[in-house]
Amino acid sequence: MIGNFIGVMFDGIAYGALLFLISVGLSVTMGMMNFINLAHGAFAMLGGYVCVTILNQLGLPFLASLPVAFLASAVVGLVLERSLYRRLYKASHLDQVLFSIGLTFMAVAGATYVWGPTQQPVHLPDWLRGQVSLLGLDVGAYRVFLIGVVVLVTAALGLLIERTRFGAQIRASVDNQVAAAGLGINVSRVFSLTFALGSGLAGLGGGLGIDVLGLDPTFPIKYMVYFLLVVAVGGAGTIKGPLLAAVILGIFDVAGKYYVPEIGAFVIYGLMVLLLILFPAGLMRRRG
Amino acid sequence: MSTMQNTTLRTEGLSKQWGAFKANSDVSLTFVPGARHALIGPNGAGKTTFINLLTGGFAPSSGKVFFGDDDITSLPQHERVKRGMTRTFQINTLFAGLTVLESVVLAISERRGLQYVWHKTVAQQSDVIDEAMALLASLKLDGEANSITRSLAYGKQRLVEIALALATRPKVLLLDEPAAGIPSAESKELFEVIAQLPRDVTIVFIEHDMGLVFRFAERITVLVGGKVLTEGTPAEIAADKRVKEVYLGESEHE
Amino acid sequence: MSATTPTSASAAAAPTTSAKTTAMSPLPLLRLPNDRWKPLEIIFWLLPVAAYFVFPDYLILISQIMIVGLFAISLDLILGYGGIVSLGHAAFFGLGAYTAGLLSAHGWGEPISGMLLGAIVAAAFGYIISFLVVRGNDLARLMVTLGIGLMLFEAANKAAFITGGVDGLSGMMVDKIFGVFEFDLNGKVAYIYSFVVLFILFAVLRRLVNSPFGLSLVGIREGGRRMPAIGVNVNQRLTVIFTISAAIAGVAGALLAQTTQFVGLDVLGFPRSAELLIILVLGGTGRLYGGLVGAAIFMLAQDYLSGLNPAYWQFWIGLLLIVIVLFARGGILGGLTLIWGNLRKSSAGKGERS
Repeated sequence: MIGNFIGVMFDGIAYGALLFLISVGLSVTMGMMNFINLAHGAFAMLGGYVCVTILNQLGLPFLASLPVAFLASAVVGLVLERSLYRRLYKASHLDQVLFSIGLTFMAVAGATYVWGPTQQPVHLPDWLRGQVSLLGLDVGAYRVFLIGVVVLVTAALGLLIERTRFGAQIRASVDNQVAAAGLGINVSRVFSLTFALGSGLAGLGGGLGIDVLGLDPTFPIKYMVYFLLVVAVGGAGTIKGPLLAAVILGIFDVAGKYYVPEIGAFVIYGLMVLLLILFPAGLMRRRG
Repeated sequence: MSTMQNTTLRTEGLSKQWGAFKANSDVSLTFVPGARHALIGPNGAGKTTFINLLTGGFAPSSGKVFFGDDDITSLPQHERVKRGMTRTFQINTLFAGLTVLESVVLAISERRGLQYVWHKTVAQQSDVIDEAMALLASLKLDGEANSITRSLAYGKQRLVEIALALATRPKVLLLDEPAAGIPSAESKELFEVIAQLPRDVTIVFIEHDMGLVFRFAERITVLVGGKVLTEGTPAEIAADKRVKEVYLGESEHE
Repeated sequence: MSATTPTSASAAAAPTTSAKTTAMSPLPLLRLPNDRWKPLEIIFWLLPVAAYFVFPDYLILISQIMIVGLFAISLDLILGYGGIVSLGHAAFFGLGAYTAGLLSAHGWGEPISGMLLGAIVAAAFGYIISFLVVRGNDLARLMVTLGIGLMLFEAANKAAFITGGVDGLSGMMVDKIFGVFEFDLNGKVAYIYSFVVLFILFAVLRRLVNSPFGLSLVGIREGGRRMPAIGVNVNQRLTVIFTISAAIAGVAGALLAQTTQFVGLDVLGFPRSAELLIILVLGGTGRLYGGLVGAAIFMLAQDYLSGLNPAYWQFWIGLLLIVIVLFARGGILGGLTLIWGNLRKSSAGKGERS
């Protein structure tokens, strides 16, 4: 029983870690540009499909495909940001929602056309399959790998934000765009690079998550709620908030589906509504 | 209900703090009915914050606000307006897409309790329309009645800002830099209109133009760094050395 | 600010009304929301009447258009007039549909009371949800409406023993309207039923948006910060319109159920909510007629292109949305108003406003 419970917790944390990886970009760009981007999941999906193509068509190893997924999504994100997204920063939230829904529809249709409507299988390398023994318990090796990668990426992200000049520019732009521009920060460039970084991370998450989240053309729509939830509850513009929210969400979702499968999906939505009532500004308030 | 409603506006130890920054500290002021009371002080002294605390725009960190005999500290903004306390904003806060007439009609309809009338059109509210046009005429805005607010020149928009507040027939009117951004000839006219208001209406205004302040105020409070420095008649304030120090280096216009 | 062009609160460009001349100098003609039906509107409403005789084979399609149009109008009330972005409006549509459906599947087949009960159930639900929706910022509202829609969908799915789940609710036995008019296979009675309900509700809502209440809604949209400063309890006001909107969506859902004698899970799904948003924006928000125009064009196009691969349809819809947002933010009616305004400006010398 306890073993099962720990197993469920562990799975939940891994799932949450994945959600966090995909959503962190959304959080930062939403906090920075106040832009509601419902198409964020499409970047994750792109990363997933890039991985699949590399693995199946090119026969390269799984680990090599991940950085490529990151890059592909980052580049696409950069291009879209410079050409389309930036025109709507000052637009109403309705316009942004409509725009990103439109983009999502195009992405879903495009994916269906190129890769077909079915789930993509992914063949994980042997050393990532099976169980490993962690602190006396048997847990899925892939889940451990997932958590490990996310921890590394989060640490790197934290260093970037806290210790580098670019990170300081990001923090300044999130805090107060106008003041940041007044300090001589090229806010428009910060936006573009941050958007690209966020999209890249989403792509990485999409590739990592094929096994856990599945991959088919409806991915952006299926998981839209989850990413938005993580950001809305965690608080747009922060990193710690969405991390906490994602892990809580992951645990509750997995536990809900395991222990009370009849109302599995409910637990999440109910939790979301509850959290939104209790913390209308997000779990972690933004400074200032 | 007594026929003479007490409309004294009073604060007790009103404070507002954000993190380490104390916007208002222990401000205790009384505005007697019919006052013509100016609130002056250098930029960042906390004057607008004080107005926000009075009207319910922010909740205070500590302290109380009394209107008449009632503690209104926890009342939301719209409730305070219904009791007779209205403000104007330093930056025009208008209905950009509505015409001037529609905006004023809206404010008057709300005051008259017509907000849930759904079965008669706005055009049928002739009493409201007449009142609105009269109000606009008094501010020389009647020619702009059909103009969309966002298409107006800044000065005219500022007048609409005042019109909306006057439409609520306030007992206490809080004006946050009403003349900001208007050339001085027009701002004098604006203050003339304000001066025409009934004598029992309390008027509290923030202004930087000392000419206007000394012309219209009967009482002046000086706020510096979130605290009350001093209060008195215009003559007393003009003679006060500390006030002169505070304003040293400050130009008369913003 | 929003996807509407900067016009005032009137449903159609308001003709002028003259104010009483008082002791002051003669007043200019004043523009205020009023209730005069313009000739164009009368023509518009004669079209479905004509279509009944001219296109007898298309009655079912046009009935659908009218029902979706009513649904779109209900969204316009909260979106175009109140400024609330909702991605879950299908929840109220579905509630109305399932209420009417379940009633007639379990013995209560009287259509008008079924429709009214559908409206009441949807309104009650809308009232409860409104407390979550009105107090949030745009993102929170999006989340809540999206989440509620998804929850309801899941609930209906899981409760298949009541709703029929994926297979849908069948076995609906809808009685004759007023005991006289039986729903026929050609869709004639359904057509007239839908048209009459649509027209009555439209006339009522047209009054409402031109009333002081309607003006206050536009005030919330155009100047949300100023509204409390003129004494308005904004949350309360939005709750009222949200509830009304839910009720109207419920009526539309009930109509769909009764005229097709079937309720599928899709009435509650996210695609329906998203599609509705697209339809409304296509036609133009904040004008009431936008929902009808958008529904007509969208559904005619969908019918015409129904042979297409659904992926193609989705792709072009997505592209259309992006194009509208970037270049044609008032939708079709917005574009027409702009063109009309430019024509008038060039023919008359000085124009007060377009």
